[in-house]
Amino acid sequence: MSPKTATIDANEAVARVAHKINEVIAIYPITPASVMGELSDLYSVKGEKNIFGTVPDVTEMQSEGGASAAVHGALQSGALTTTFTASQGLLLMIPNMYKIAGELTPLVIHVAARSLAAQGLSIFGDHQDVMGVRQTGFALFCSCSVQEAHDFSLISQAATLSSRIPFVHFFDGFRTSHEVMKIELLDEAIMKQMIDEELVFAHRSRALTPDKPFIRGTSQNPDVYFQARESVNIFYEKLPALLQEQMDKFAALTGRAYKLFDYIGAEDAEKIIVLMGSGAEAVYESVEYFTKQGEKIGLVKVRLALPFCIEDFIAALPKSTKSIAVLDRTKESGSIGEPLYHDVLTALSEANAEGRLDFALPKIIGGRYGLSSKEFTPAMIKAIFDELGKEKSKNHFTIGIYDDVTHTSLDYDKDFVLEDKDIFEAIFFGLGSDGTVGANKNSIKIIGEETPNYAQGYFVYDSKKSGSVTTSHLRFGPKPIHATYLIQKADFVACHQSVFLEKFEILSHAKEGATFLLNSPFGKDVLWSKLPRDVQKQIIEKKLKFYAIDASSVAQESGMGRRINVIMQTCFFAISGVLEQEEAIKKIKKSILKSYGSKGDALVQMNNKAVDNALENLFEITVPDEVSSEIKMQASIKGDFDAFVENVTRKIIEGHGDELPVSALPNDGTWPSGTTQYEKRNIGLEVPVWDAEVCIQCNKCVLVCPHSVIRSNVVDNSFLADAPEGFSFAQAKGKTFQESEQFMISVAMEDCTGCSLCVEVCPAKNKSQTNLKAINMQAHAPLKEEGIKNWDYFLNLPLIDRTKLDHAKLKESQFLEPLFEFSGACPGCGETPYIKLASQLFGDRMIVANATGCSSIYGGNLPTTPWRKNADGRGPAWSNSLFEDNAEFGLGFRLTIDKHQTQAKELLGELESEVGKELSSEIINAVQHDESDVFAQRERVQNLKEKLKSSSHPQAKNLLSLADYLSKKSVWIIGGDGWAYDIGYGGLDHVLASGKNVNILVLDTQVYSNTGGQQSKATFTGAVAKFAAGGKAQLPKDLGMMAVAYGNVYVARVAMGANDTQTIKAFIEAERYDGPSLIIAYSHCIAHGYDLKYGMNQQKLAVESGIWPTFRYNPDLEKEGKNPMIVDYKEPKISVKEFMYNETRFNMVQMMNSADAKAFIKTAQHHADEQYKRYSNLTNIDYSNKEEEEL
Amino acid sequence: MNLKTKYLGLELKNPLIAGASPLTASVDSIKRLEDAGVAAVVMHSLFEEQINKQLHAIDYFLFNGSDSYAESLSYFPASDCLQNAEAEHYLEDLAEIKKATDIPIIASLNGVSSGGWVNYAKKLQEAGADALELNITYIPTDFSMDSHKIERMYLDVLKDVKTNTSLPLAVKMNAYFTNPAQMAKRFEEGGVDGLVIFDNPVRVDIDLETLTAVQKANLTSSSNLSETLRWCAILYSNVNLSLAASTGIHSAEDVLKALMSGANATQMASALLQNGPEHVKSVLDEMTLWMQEKEYVSVEQMIGSISLKHTDNPAAFERSNYMRALLSYRY
Repeated sequence: MSPKTATIDANEAVARVAHKINEVIAIYPITPASVMGELSDLYSVKGEKNIFGTVPDVTEMQSEGGASAAVHGALQSGALTTTFTASQGLLLMIPNMYKIAGELTPLVIHVAARSLAAQGLSIFGDHQDVMGVRQTGFALFCSCSVQEAHDFSLISQAATLSSRIPFVHFFDGFRTSHEVMKIELLDEAIMKQMIDEELVFAHRSRALTPDKPFIRGTSQNPDVYFQARESVNIFYEKLPALLQEQMDKFAALTGRAYKLFDYIGAEDAEKIIVLMGSGAEAVYESVEYFTKQGEKIGLVKVRLALPFCIEDFIAALPKSTKSIAVLDRTKESGSIGEPLYHDVLTALSEANAEGRLDFALPKIIGGRYGLSSKEFTPAMIKAIFDELGKEKSKNHFTIGIYDDVTHTSLDYDKDFVLEDKDIFEAIFFGLGSDGTVGANKNSIKIIGEETPNYAQGYFVYDSKKSGSVTTSHLRFGPKPIHATYLIQKADFVACHQSVFLEKFEILSHAKEGATFLLNSPFGKDVLWSKLPRDVQKQIIEKKLKFYAIDASSVAQESGMGRRINVIMQTCFFAISGVLEQEEAIKKIKKSILKSYGSKGDALVQMNNKAVDNALENLFEITVPDEVSSEIKMQASIKGDFDAFVENVTRKIIEGHGDELPVSALPNDGTWPSGTTQYEKRNIGLEVPVWDAEVCIQCNKCVLVCPHSVIRSNVVDNSFLADAPEGFSFAQAKGKTFQESEQFMISVAMEDCTGCSLCVEVCPAKNKSQTNLKAINMQAHAPLKEEGIKNWDYFLNLPLIDRTKLDHAKLKESQFLEPLFEFSGACPGCGETPYIKLASQLFGDRMIVANATGCSSIYGGNLPTTPWRKNADGRGPAWSNSLFEDNAEFGLGFRLTIDKHQTQAKELLGELESEVGKELSSEIINAVQHDESDVFAQRERVQNLKEKLKSSSHPQAKNLLSLADYLSKKSVWIIGGDGWAYDIGYGGLDHVLASGKNVNILVLDTQVYSNTGGQQSKATFTGAVAKFAAGGKAQLPKDLGMMAVAYGNVYVARVAMGANDTQTIKAFIEAERYDGPSLIIAYSHCIAHGYDLKYGMNQQKLAVESGIWPTFRYNPDLEKEGKNPMIVDYKEPKISVKEFMYNETRFNMVQMMNSADAKAFIKTAQHHADEQYKRYSNLTNIDYSNKEEEEL
Repeated sequence: MNLKTKYLGLELKNPLIAGASPLTASVDSIKRLEDAGVAAVVMHSLFEEQINKQLHAIDYFLFNGSDSYAESLSYFPASDCLQNAEAEHYLEDLAEIKKATDIPIIASLNGVSSGGWVNYAKKLQEAGADALELNITYIPTDFSMDSHKIERMYLDVLKDVKTNTSLPLAVKMNAYFTNPAQMAKRFEEGGVDGLVIFDNPVRVDIDLETLTAVQKANLTSSSNLSETLRWCAILYSNVNLSLAASTGIHSAEDVLKALMSGANATQMASALLQNGPEHVKSVLDEMTLWMQEKEYVSVEQMIGSISLKHTDNPAAFERSNYMRALLSYRY
């Protein structure tokens, strides 16, 4: 019987094995490894048993540090244990890894290898993390493909049990972890044969138990520590043979044979590349290709990188070897070479010196490739082999980039591709929300699982969370696929959104004679004339077969909404010829039934209808002989930008970032602020349009807009004389304004995502048509030109003098200029309105420490970033350190600012006679509670600086460099609940206890939003989240009350949608408070599962039901003899159900297990009721100082 | 005194059925109705929208935002064990109610289009329903839709449901057909076992505070009984169907009148919501007392006794008498 196959990615391939052969799994989310933990949790929730007949216990920890400690504990007490991680997560495990290895404990940590945060963070793949744990004593074991990741999960577990050396089993993040590939599955019988029961018993017998007590983890002294450290050597010496033994056993069971070092290539090869990971597959493919042409080349695939077995490595090399290039997918600045290069060099030098090498010592060079998933292609591989052939080969080279600074890079021919007729390659351009990726994953499964073909799929995503472009790369063929790089020239190109044609060079990916499929709203007769000139040209020149369909209309008609997935999938099968059409349609329908069968006929019918409609509406276009269009490609950036934006940012936006040379990039991670304004993304199909007549001028729409595209202003009539036609305004209402002043709302339509939050919160109804409000969504396309004109005009009007506005009033606060705009956050984001509000209120004096998460991604993901400056050149200074350390990072800002301020004051005292006593004392004694105080101080400081410039005092220059610290700086520490409640809580707690003046803003979505919705300690009872697939049973942590317990911390819990005025008050009070402040802000999130245009309404229900209590605890009030606790919500008047069952996260439990759902509701309701009593009791405490006065 | 009657082939111990209302949504209140002596219960309705909308919603929201950003390729754990919660709960409730009670339980389905939701007819049967009441009320807003097409739609739904269940089937009719009598006949031809005369549509209102249109529960009173009496009287013996009088059944007198007009049974909802399940007992007591006083021995003997066919004043049921009624009021 041939083994069962599946078409899955490496994360799933590993999780399937790891869950089967472990008893305890401790997890924590981190890209790109999260999926392994998520699947393990899901398997256990479903009750899937391991090979020992029990369901593994899966526990989410608060950090990778915590996960590694839990793993250590579980191992010490005798369970077979595992965890999954990557990048910074693996680094956080280092202390425990030393312990685990030092105690000779069998363990496999599965790592989806990823870059480390240095000059910038990267979620993508390389070996920096794994190379960062070389010193811990773990064996480093590398898989190059999805199949190997599946196999090595088992082999490593068997070997760790037999050797007692713990393993890091790793594979390339994204390229392997997320590559969907057809593999042969290991069945339970094989797993049982590989995992030796006696070794499991032996592991248990070494466990800590009071039934057989001993002590482990002593404190050792100079007399014995050294010897004890050396006592483990013998285990490391034995490991290579023990691992090979398990590989051989595995080969006997499965037919798949592996060695510590596998050689592929010519028997008489002279030029060898040594490397590990997915890149080895690409080299494999190239070596096969070139050896057929007679090239004497070869490849050594490194499986066991550590301990490095010299003997086996030399045995793997052909005796004809003359030169070796060792490739490291890592970077160790300052070192004379990366680790694998060092190991190879040392191995061969030692062997040569000791006379163990039976051929001449070859030339050995080292190079770096593929950092952060940088492409590694046959062209690059060819360049490396060519380099080896040169008399003088460049050592310490880089490949894949152009290094014009230190000239490390090798040149390569960018147009070189391997021609392989046996592989069908297809590339699809889609929009994140249109289902393209899902459809392609499905197509791969159909081909992989229903035909004898091999199949591979890889997907590339955007840096933005809204309106993002996805590219799917699919390969099919009768032979195993080793191409671990993106498709360069495709047989089939599909463009699922016609607007892309004007933005990206889609057809540059097409082979001559390829098939091109376009989703376009235009019919057969006019379509050709609507194509950009360049597209027409390529279609003609490359002799493309051209098909089109109006998939969006077909989707609407079939009831699919904006989802064109099934439709485009059907078209692909209909015209690509990959499968026979009728057979393909049958298989699509079969897979629809499989996906939706359990959920109901309605969905099956809807999808089937879409398939049929797709076939009916697909048409071929006869390609004319000549280009006729005058439509040009769109400019990628607009506005008044500088040379850096022109030369660097623009290239990245246009998808040419790979071409940027080293010299073009900032070398210390410093990038300019406010670049989102140049990238007009035009992703909103509908945009808000303001109705001046209906508007009551409340500014609520401005407040809630997540992307800061709605702005309001009031200017005098005189400024509006030249207003363009269609630019509306109305006489300004309210006492703040004069009769001659006009109110206006303007919309940056090109930056709008079309979320409709503004329309939902608008309280004003049109008196004649109550379905209209003062702001309404309308189709963008017809409004575009006028919209641009109006917005430009609006931006050139003078801003209201902010000192004249009462910032605590919602309406007036929203005239303040936002210094955070057009971020890449999801449409309808619930976090960004809070950030924008802070930037409006305090932006010109803000310094922001931002924890890793959604807010650091939409806040700082290249190419363009939303934090900007005002006309004076002031604005938020922003940085992201890590995930776990953000509170401490921000405290560091405070310490510096305080120190510099003190120092400046000291110097000012010293220089009193130079600058004048009055000025000096005014500056030193200035109170800077409110903005007007800050502005006054800035003037004084400016005065001071002028005086210092002309001073010859030896300390004048010193004070000049510190003088700006004399005016207030507002330190903001921002992050999500994953940071504040879990991984960063220890630091957050410490910073709260410090008494220092920092403002902490927790954007509480109750899940790890950025990594795809894993539960945190903020997650509500009864909510489904990843790692809580059955719904969370525990109550959420009350972070607010924990902070209140300090007594000297300002704490506010807010929900903008429930009470915007309270929110604004809280921000102002927190910033004014001279000590630590904590604002916990309810943020609705795409991970809650409902239409986010209702986000503010859900916030209201959360508060009204008592699930989200709003309050402010202001220690300043206590000083006035008042109760510091103000409860800002009323006794729950609606049930928690009324809030919960509007959201998928709660509904899902109901749909999976109604008994659990009922129990959760009961717990949540009880908690809400009880919480109100507890909170309101706090307001009854008498804080007046009467007694003291009497005394 | 024999209060027994037959409805949809079910033996009822008396002619009083609790019609579909919030009161027939839980085991507890149905149990109370049974204790008060009600003969059968029509469970609150399972709506087409509940069956389809939730599925589409969950399908959409599990998909929404997925595969867009590399770190968050989905936002929920993959789940292949999702059920249509509201509909499945209805089935669970039904099974539970059946277990807890001894009276016939009539399930109720409410919808207008042909589609997947009608499969629930089968599931309701499997869950133990004794009969099925089908509420089809279509409010046409499409100006091009002619009456023939609309009537066809009703019959198509009926046909779809019939293919899914062998349960006795009643259609809860509305009064807005051009010729309700002909429609009743066509329902009969379509295979129904009974008709509920009539559906009491939800009340439309306008909220002046929020400036929006709203729906409100439409509580009836005895004065709403008129059309029910008229059409029971007209249909009696002209169709071979069970008739349940609904809308305006509040008191023992209303029950008696409905039976005499030709109904085999009566459905009470508003009165039970207003007075509680125990109202059943007083209605039955009063009814028995009246029958004793007037020396009736069975319900059976009075059914249809004042129908169009058997009344001494058929003109009362006919439209032309409207003038006379008005005149008599004037004097």
